[in-house]
Amino acid sequence: MQMAFTVIYALDVFFGDSMGQLASALVTMFLGVLGCAVYFYGSNMLLDKIFPTKNRPAQQVASNLRIANRIRPWLFLGPAVLLLTFYLFYPVLDSIRLSFFDRSGEEFVGLSNYVWLFGSDEFFESFRNNMLWLVFVPTAATFLGLVIATMTDRIWWGNIAKSLIFMPMAISFIGASVIWKFIYDFRSGDTQIGLLNAVVVFFGGEPQNWITIPFWNNFFLMIILVWIQTGFAMVILSAALRGIPDETIEAAVLDGANGLQIFFKIMVPQIWGTIAVVWTTITILVLKVFDIVLAMTNGQWNTQVLANQMFDWMFRGGGDFGRGAVVAIVIMVLVIPIMIWNIKRANAEMEGR
Amino acid sequence: MITSSKRSLLTYLVHATVLFLVVIWTIPTAGLFISSIRDKDQLSVSGWWTALSTSEQQLVTRANDPSKQIQVGDKFVIQGNLFEGAPGAVTFFGFSSLEPAAFTAGSVAALRNDQTLQVMENGDYEFSSPTEWKGSRGQRIFYSAEVPPRFTLDNYREVLGTEGLGKSFLNSLTVTIPATIIPILVAAFAAYALAWMRFPGRALLVAAVVGLLVVPLQMSLIPLLKSYNLIGDFFGVGSKTYVGIWLAHTGFGLPLAIYLLRNYIAGLPREIIESARVDGASDFDIFRKIVLPLSFPALASFAIFQFLWVWNDLLIAMVFLGNNADQLVLTGQLRELLGSRGGNWEILTASAFITIIVPLCVFFSLQRFLVRGLLAGSVK
Repeated sequence: MQMAFTVIYALDVFFGDSMGQLASALVTMFLGVLGCAVYFYGSNMLLDKIFPTKNRPAQQVASNLRIANRIRPWLFLGPAVLLLTFYLFYPVLDSIRLSFFDRSGEEFVGLSNYVWLFGSDEFFESFRNNMLWLVFVPTAATFLGLVIATMTDRIWWGNIAKSLIFMPMAISFIGASVIWKFIYDFRSGDTQIGLLNAVVVFFGGEPQNWITIPFWNNFFLMIILVWIQTGFAMVILSAALRGIPDETIEAAVLDGANGLQIFFKIMVPQIWGTIAVVWTTITILVLKVFDIVLAMTNGQWNTQVLANQMFDWMFRGGGDFGRGAVVAIVIMVLVIPIMIWNIKRANAEMEGR
Repeated sequence: MITSSKRSLLTYLVHATVLFLVVIWTIPTAGLFISSIRDKDQLSVSGWWTALSTSEQQLVTRANDPSKQIQVGDKFVIQGNLFEGAPGAVTFFGFSSLEPAAFTAGSVAALRNDQTLQVMENGDYEFSSPTEWKGSRGQRIFYSAEVPPRFTLDNYREVLGTEGLGKSFLNSLTVTIPATIIPILVAAFAAYALAWMRFPGRALLVAAVVGLLVVPLQMSLIPLLKSYNLIGDFFGVGSKTYVGIWLAHTGFGLPLAIYLLRNYIAGLPREIIESARVDGASDFDIFRKIVLPLSFPALASFAIFQFLWVWNDLLIAMVFLGNNADQLVLTGQLRELLGSRGGNWEILTASAFITIIVPLCVFFSLQRFLVRGLLAGSVK
């Protein structure tokens, strides 16, 4: 009965006045796809009309074909290049420019935003915390992912186990924050409804308000990201482990190597490249992490990180674009080494093809 | 003989460890779900792991306020039932938080000024006083009770209705559907050009896409916010529109889309494409008739990525969408609730579950494509 009521109520909420909004979204989607199709089809047809390649003298066909083939890639690439330029390329340049301007982005102030940044305690706190995140999260997630991948490959219900450990990948950072805030819940008195404190009390310890304990609270936030990312590491590393030729392991077994030796001396070195990829991917994610800190502490109790600080300055007191941009640039600078490494790797692959 | 017993011991150890890890990984979400369907009074006083047991609970209820008192003889009496009709059995009770279990059920506790409190096993309580009861709030009664588990959908009813999650759910769908579909076609054409067409600057473009893949969104936010304000002013529509966020998600999703699809399309057999060229097919025809149908798995992988990313995004929604009921998406709503209803776990758990249920369904039904996409995106 209750259930029926809920369903009817939900339907009412959904299909009441709000239906128009969803319909407009669907129409937009349809128009967007149609627009793209018309653009690609139309522009290609136009190109063929202007530089016809059929029923013309051979020389003209050749020259038309050459010109058309020179233009066509850019027709294909046009919308993507425009969008990338407007949403990523130009903003990066503009952020760099804005970092030399005042809070409204109008008056040139030289290096004063940088001077402020390197003189502020808040920045060093976020920077230190970011470094903690950078060390702990990729290491823990990659290590756990590797261990779980190795073990699940040996048991018959491994796929189910993998699926369950992979699941948090689908959960939003903010959803995960609520899940873990509930686990860290603290109340004075004997009855704890937070799992962590309940376990602590069960073993005779004192319940704690975990997310307010300076320094260590950072780790309680990091655990959330490790929980989310271990599945990612596991899936990728598991595929890499399967790619290891059996002969190498058989040879090691024949030579009398034990399990640990096989793991560390035979298997890990062969998937070193993949481990690096997983590691850097998680590192990038860590640098951008924002939702978890915002939801759990909003930077209180010494848990501030760069991404949250940037967001904070973007809107604090009406927004300080100059300082926000400076913090963003610090994040960008930290990403650049990985970016260069990625590009090199991609180039090497292209040449290999 | 020794080796085989050693091996089986090791196997047991692996089973046990994996089981342990799986439990650790699933328990947080399970706790959230179980809590969200528990009665909110039980939820706030006992852990979700006790949800199924009728174990003894320490509870506190506020009695009816003095305006409900009745006069019986020369006494003023406030009556009621602690369980309000629900099943349960009181064992001990008390009137002070220092001694919440000072009296056994059925006995009469003496309060100040000849006032008394009696609580029966079935939950009936009776405050009695020679003088009139004063004040506007009822007194608190502390009691230990055997309460059977109570599960309810009330929490969901509340968050979907009064807390506005129903509307937010719709807003999330409104943001997600176009933002998932539109980038696909744009990216697919670009990916084909980068994979199979020869033109100057191709290598540079591929490198740029790989570079943009890791550019932190934070670098884009401020300039885009400025641009959006300008454009919004120009058209007189404000800077926070659905069109704005669709395009923003399209732009931010493109590097991954192009990268994934290019890797996949470049891996298609060269012979198919070459022979089509020899037969006189134009690039447009090759793309439409050969590449697009063959790339379906990659397109599906990207669509799932983009769907999860857009649905779970908080940052872009907070910057490019408004804070009003018409535009607040689920993640934004959940964040608001964390601020305003921080201690009301019945609200938070139910809201969080509504927020994560769609991605979880997508995840479990389309996991195959997701894994394939992940592998194409990073190992290659």
